[in-house]
Amino acid sequence: MHGRSTFRAQLWLAVRIAAILAAALIGIAAQPASKQAAAIRDRYLSPIEMTLSSDGRVLYVVCEGSDEVRAVDVESGKVKSSIPVGHVPRGIAISPDGRLLYVTNAWSDTVSVIDTATLKVVQTLPTGFEPAGVVVDRSGTTLYVANRLSSDVSVIDLKSGQETKRLLAGRGASYLALSPDGNSVYCTHIYPNPGKFRTPPNSEITVIDTARQAVVERKPLHNVAGVFHVALSADGKLGVAAQLRPKNLIPLAHVEHGWAFGDSLTLFGQDVGEAVQIPLDELDRYYALPWGVAITPDKSKIFLTTAGAESVTVIDIARLLKAVRTRRQHFVNDLSASADYVVARVPVGDNPRGVALSPDGKRLYVANRLDDNIAVIDTASAQVVSTMDLGGPKTADALRRGERLFYTARFAFQGEFGCSNCHLDATIDGLQWDLEPDGFGKDIVDNRSLEDLAGTEPFKWNGGNPDMPTECGPRTERFFFRSQSFTPQELTDLVTFVYSLPYRPNRYRLAHGDLTPAQERGKAIFERAKAKTGAPIPEENQCSYCHSGPKFTSQKQVDVGTGKLTDRSPVIDVPQLPNVAYSAPYLHDGSARSLEEIWTVFNPNDTHGVTNDLTKDELNDLIEYLKTL
Amino acid sequence: MKTRLWATTLMVLIGASLAAQDMPRFRWENFTTANGLPDNHVFCVLVDGNRIWTGTENGLGLYENGAWKIFRPADGLAHQAILSLARDKNTGDIWAGTMGGLSRISAGRIDTFTQLNSGLSNDVVYGVGVQGDFVWTATAAGASRRNTRTGEWSLFNERNTPMFEIWTYSVSPAEDKVYYAVWGGGVLEYDVKTERWKDYNDPDGETELVLMKDQGLIHEITTSVSYVDKILWVATYFGASRYDGRYWHNFLQKDSGLPSDFLNQVKGVDANRAWFSTDKGLAYYDGENWAVYRPALGTHKPEMLVRDAAGNVKNIPVQTAPAHNYILGVDFQGDDLWVATAKGLSHGIRQKDSVQTAQVSNAKVLTKVSANKVITNEATNKK
Repeated sequence: MHGRSTFRAQLWLAVRIAAILAAALIGIAAQPASKQAAAIRDRYLSPIEMTLSSDGRVLYVVCEGSDEVRAVDVESGKVKSSIPVGHVPRGIAISPDGRLLYVTNAWSDTVSVIDTATLKVVQTLPTGFEPAGVVVDRSGTTLYVANRLSSDVSVIDLKSGQETKRLLAGRGASYLALSPDGNSVYCTHIYPNPGKFRTPPNSEITVIDTARQAVVERKPLHNVAGVFHVALSADGKLGVAAQLRPKNLIPLAHVEHGWAFGDSLTLFGQDVGEAVQIPLDELDRYYALPWGVAITPDKSKIFLTTAGAESVTVIDIARLLKAVRTRRQHFVNDLSASADYVVARVPVGDNPRGVALSPDGKRLYVANRLDDNIAVIDTASAQVVSTMDLGGPKTADALRRGERLFYTARFAFQGEFGCSNCHLDATIDGLQWDLEPDGFGKDIVDNRSLEDLAGTEPFKWNGGNPDMPTECGPRTERFFFRSQSFTPQELTDLVTFVYSLPYRPNRYRLAHGDLTPAQERGKAIFERAKAKTGAPIPEENQCSYCHSGPKFTSQKQVDVGTGKLTDRSPVIDVPQLPNVAYSAPYLHDGSARSLEEIWTVFNPNDTHGVTNDLTKDELNDLIEYLKTL
Repeated sequence: MKTRLWATTLMVLIGASLAAQDMPRFRWENFTTANGLPDNHVFCVLVDGNRIWTGTENGLGLYENGAWKIFRPADGLAHQAILSLARDKNTGDIWAGTMGGLSRISAGRIDTFTQLNSGLSNDVVYGVGVQGDFVWTATAAGASRRNTRTGEWSLFNERNTPMFEIWTYSVSPAEDKVYYAVWGGGVLEYDVKTERWKDYNDPDGETELVLMKDQGLIHEITTSVSYVDKILWVATYFGASRYDGRYWHNFLQKDSGLPSDFLNQVKGVDANRAWFSTDKGLAYYDGENWAVYRPALGTHKPEMLVRDAAGNVKNIPVQTAPAHNYILGVDFQGDDLWVATAKGLSHGIRQKDSVQTAQVSNAKVLTKVSANKVITNEATNKK
């Protein structure tokens, strides 16, 4: 018995060593591709949004990956011009007279104004942090821009070129739609609004009155986190927002029961009365990441890209409204319901995102973001009739292949979700999850940032995964997707992509790396070795001891007293700090809603750094410094 | 001699009569819990177009279209006791200072900032004001400023200002200056351009003596500041002050129309006119004459007193009065007033009868009165 046990132990040890070696090899294999990433990335276009000229002859395509707008002649399907814009363009709108295009540059915090006659940038306007969606009012005098990181909407006076105000929107404000009468702007947001720990997520559709330029309503979206495009019917009586309903309060052990995400729509407006949520999935198949949405001019159909399912879902509006009116009761979790109104699922390319309908409603253009092309769908037959190539690379390298793997949901059981369901646009989702089958409510974990991860290993909040291949491979297969997951090559590609994700620009740093006086004071606190009493602070309890090195992590696991009774171990992996301002909530389980709460609530005994001798203004200084990292 | 005496007496009477006619009259409608107010103890009131926000001891009330909506902590509010209110005129958001933090009400959504979850210096927020992108708060532990664009908090207290007492009670921010009433510490001025602080104190020190009237702030225990048209109005528990940047002018019960030296709030209309909330009624000063509105202290019957520049007091017959003589705050709605009292909220509906009376009685003065009235209305509307 003992011998068998020893043999099993040795076998297990050998298997583990082999696994670690394999993972390390894969990791090593991934590294060169990662280093090549920056050099080759610009070749890919990554079309994400579109708008048409008023006559419908020119399609303007925002290419997020190549920092440009490409103008496509719709009839020939040929690119007729490329217009360089700012960094990571993400949204586009056309002026009512068709003379100007407005393109948001997410990483430049600007809007590029393009003259459609000369196809040149004629003006650059300042916005809030990480602008995404954009609309221009009917008079062409005011621009509304949704700012993802500052969670607000910039109101820009186009005559003066000045931002006149910022209106509070939902967290991660990203998409906008102007009502057909021009009276309202609707704004959605990709992260849930801040709420109490371990309570259902809530989001909103922010309604802005364009006459008053003020928020006049917030339509509540209960149990929703991740709201994408919003559209209105031509008569203004039906509004549609694409959204996710994450089920993060229960263990992810129930993936096979459909308990991970509900892909859905919120309908609002006169046609439905009170806002109602409807499911898009089927009992045995999911249509992950509903994203771009359009309503035909005759209000007969809704077209919806499902970015993780590489398809466009087509909904018959008459049948949909009938279902809503006859069912009466809440039915967003009834996956049989979609059969009542979904009339087609049209396969398109990789990671379909933005959509644009021709003025006559006969053609739908779909941006296949990771194929660098545009699918053209005949709206009557609901079939792809052509594909317009935008001119990107003809082959997909490891980076592009990995990106496709990251954004697809096809590896998960019944196509329920992919990496990008939780890492929205390769960021976070603002949620806390009960991931592993370790019992209900055990080891709750907050979603961590993926920016510039090289040098932050190991992974997981308990540091249990030594490298990225382990994190993305066996762990994902076993705990997330519940399926045979990636091949070794695929895993290498995926790791290559994940490691390639750069830091977003930090908005709290001054130019030339200078610090404000408050940030300077905060830096001194971060680096101090003595308490205010003059007593030395033990090295291991100094901020800069654990949060050390270029990524501000020692890459070790320590107990700083933040473990909860529900945690199997209080030992936590030291998180990296760069861009920490963007990733609320905080601590391993997301129990600290703000940076302040890390110390005002969860550090009563000075075990997570010595902070209880700080005055309130000193703590504020420390936080101002942390935001610059 | 007799003729001259008669003439003088007549002029005084006419003067007092004209002052009485010129002072605004109101029909008062009062709200209590009986008709929807969250609580009768009303700390503050804020006019937001056609909507009236009311901070009470037990909830925030919103009066709109003839109905009250009530917000309490269950709705996300920081605390049930609402001490101060301010409107961001740019965004329309409402900021509420409470006994348990600062709340922002934006189109129905309530976000709360406390000393634990944010950089706010203290959860007892006596005063709040908005200027541009900054929300200024007066708390029990100094002043806080939040940059609404970056989320940065800046704290101002005894360590970085001349604030020797950190119990800040009221704030009045403007484009060029921000003023704080510091309870027991006089007035603090923040220069927006230079980012420097300056303190104004009672030259008589921390006493209740007024040895040097009009040579500085009337008293250290300040309760309210109102900065309008480059003029600073200050309320204290021992009188009121007006400061034009060079000269001080102080108001005491004994030598002005103030019904009491105990003031909870002052709110300037412009450089010359202001409303004073006292424990013995609501007072109005038009730069020359005074009016007091209250339930009479003894009889509780509606009362309006007018005091002209010469000190002559006339009792104007009125049918209504504010809900109580203990006044905590006031805000303007065009020519109307909304008044927070210790026993209810009062809506003062401006009556035009006095002007019409003047038109009949004195055509010559009419021109002056009418002209003044036009200017008054325009000025009020501009606020």
